[in-house]
Amino acid sequence: MIDVSDPRQATATAPTPTARPRRYLPQQRHLPVLATLTLLATMYGLGALNYTGFAQPQILLNVFVDNAFLLVVAVGMTFVILTGGIDLSVGAVVALTTVCAAVLLREGWPAGVVLPLVLLIGTTIGLLMGLIIHFFDIQPFIVTLAGMFFARGLCHLITSDSIPITDAFWTAAAQHRIRFGDGYFISISVVIALVVVLIAAFVLAYTPFGRNVYAIGGNPQSALLMGLPAGRTRIAVYTISGFCAALGGVLLSFYMLSGYSLHAQGMELDAIAAVVIGGTLLTGGSGYLLGTVLGVGVLGLIQTIIAFQADLSSWWTKIVIGVLLFAFIILQRLVTRRRG
Amino acid sequence: MSDTHRRLTGLVRQRLFWPVLILVVLLVSNLFFTPSFFSITVRDGHLYGSLIDILRASTPLVLVAVGMTVVIATGGIDLSVGSVMAISGALACLHISGLADQNSVGGVLFAVALALGLSVLLGLWNGTLVAAIGIQPIIATLILMVAGRGLAQLITDGQIINVNSAPYKVIGAGYALTLPVSVLIVVAVVAAAALLIRRSALGMLVESVGGNPTASRLAGIRARQLVILAYVFAGLCAGIAGLIFSSNVSSADGNNAGNLIELDAILAVVIGGTALTGGRFSLAGSVIGAVIIKALDITIYTIGIPSQANLLFKAVVVIVLCLAQSSAFRARLAGITRRGGPARPPGSPPGSPPGKRPDGAGGGLPQQAGPTVSAEAEVRA
Repeated sequence: MIDVSDPRQATATAPTPTARPRRYLPQQRHLPVLATLTLLATMYGLGALNYTGFAQPQILLNVFVDNAFLLVVAVGMTFVILTGGIDLSVGAVVALTTVCAAVLLREGWPAGVVLPLVLLIGTTIGLLMGLIIHFFDIQPFIVTLAGMFFARGLCHLITSDSIPITDAFWTAAAQHRIRFGDGYFISISVVIALVVVLIAAFVLAYTPFGRNVYAIGGNPQSALLMGLPAGRTRIAVYTISGFCAALGGVLLSFYMLSGYSLHAQGMELDAIAAVVIGGTLLTGGSGYLLGTVLGVGVLGLIQTIIAFQADLSSWWTKIVIGVLLFAFIILQRLVTRRRG
Repeated sequence: MSDTHRRLTGLVRQRLFWPVLILVVLLVSNLFFTPSFFSITVRDGHLYGSLIDILRASTPLVLVAVGMTVVIATGGIDLSVGSVMAISGALACLHISGLADQNSVGGVLFAVALALGLSVLLGLWNGTLVAAIGIQPIIATLILMVAGRGLAQLITDGQIINVNSAPYKVIGAGYALTLPVSVLIVVAVVAAAALLIRRSALGMLVESVGGNPTASRLAGIRARQLVILAYVFAGLCAGIAGLIFSSNVSSADGNNAGNLIELDAILAVVIGGTALTGGRFSLAGSVIGAVIIKALDITIYTIGIPSQANLLFKAVVVIVLCLAQSSAFRARLAGITRRGGPARPPGSPPGSPPGKRPDGAGGGLPQQAGPTVSAEAEVRA
């Protein structure tokens, strides 16, 4: 987790010569992430105070075990939203990945072939959407909407049934627990998700590509005038998002051990909500991957609290997420307004 | 009158040619599968036939699409319409199920008023977030889209509320003047909206706000009230659609009512020839677009393809329509080697009428700016 927080220190720009460095005050660009962190800590604290057994570290680990797929999908979404775009197709691509994997495994294909193949399918869908968005100058919203219809339709065309996965590799990956300490454990999916987060954080913070992503989201025209490869970057972020969605689908199929065309209904909303609650500006150009990790944590912790609070029904999750979205969007609005 | 009529038909011929053609082709292709497709018979004093079925099935979508059109014309978008539908139906059914006599007309009317009042409030909430606080429309309405589903389930307590009320059933399943009541309601709403928007300056003002917010502000147009009004109208339309939907099945399902209808409505608007970037819009186009979508659903169903696979057809329709609207695509078709003439400013949003010149201040989303330029820049590099 420490490594993840590095990029935000690294990308923090030095104070401008005219303005004195303000001490003891967090930088404004860090405010949203700090707010998310505070929220997460408060929620955890309240939960620990109110419910017995909540304070166990395993509860926190379970949040990641249960949401590893969402984390991976949200990482891809972060790239897209940082460029000022949006990707509505991720939930459908996740479902398509589970269906394709389940059907191919049922036909007896080896896991070593199926795994790369389903990843390739998702990546290709992302690439195609990126190409259409860039070359034909159509809004990301509508192109990824078509991508969503396409992937979901393809799922139903393949099969509308829920197909169990019995492949040895898949079940091993699903059931293997990495144990450490006093009986704490995480799943392989968590490790994969964390590796994805680390790679993505590194790419965003330390590579020219990452800087291009921020530059295009901040001001596309300036980025273009600076000679940055705007088109290539924009195509790349949708490809990355497609890949992340496919990988998230693989993790979900580990988690569910089934392929079903109705899996991951509305996951695109969860991913967008996680990114927004994590403090990434929806207009693009500002935000950190750490925020997305915290945002997924907040969503997971809400579910955990509602599971602990027996008299609350599941739909309160949606209402709380809506309220949090509202709060964070207002916060973003205040921060950007003051900066502007 | 004949002069306006001629102008009207001229307009229709230009802007609605393709949507109407698609609809006709779709309907005619049905003849191959069901020869009796176009036959309309009178049974029990009301009209009966596949065409009437399509009309009746498309009423909620038409309403939502008409509301969406006005919002999109202001340069916004409303993702919350499906949730508003669910809330409206849930509230009405909750009230009716609590009545001592479910068949009392007064009680049903009060329930309807309650549901529509809440829908208007929800529209007001969206409009305030967008116009007064200045949040991006996609995001502002995303809040209600997520929270609204939860609210609807809260109202129904996670159950499906069944009602047994004859007056309530009339809204979605009744007949008057040989036609389904829901179709008559939709015709009335659309006619009222069209009159208000096209016979007063309202439509022009909405188009100017959507086309170029800065210029319209300089021209002295108060965009704020207009935008809020657009979202209120969308909320009201979604509320009526929710009533029709829940009345048709005499129950309210907070989880599934209006699910994904926002996407169908956006699709209908795009099919109808309204650009998502705001500005000029066509109510008639959206109505036809919505009917096309429902006709497509029903056609696929009659052919015997799994009904869920119609999503695939929708994807194809969206892409083809967007490509047809995209200036970049047309330019590429015209000549890949050299683009001749400054026919269109670079970065022009897809489907925008040639007369509209979006500049940096011209609204629209930031990612819109300049992809065509970047394409050229990369080719040269």
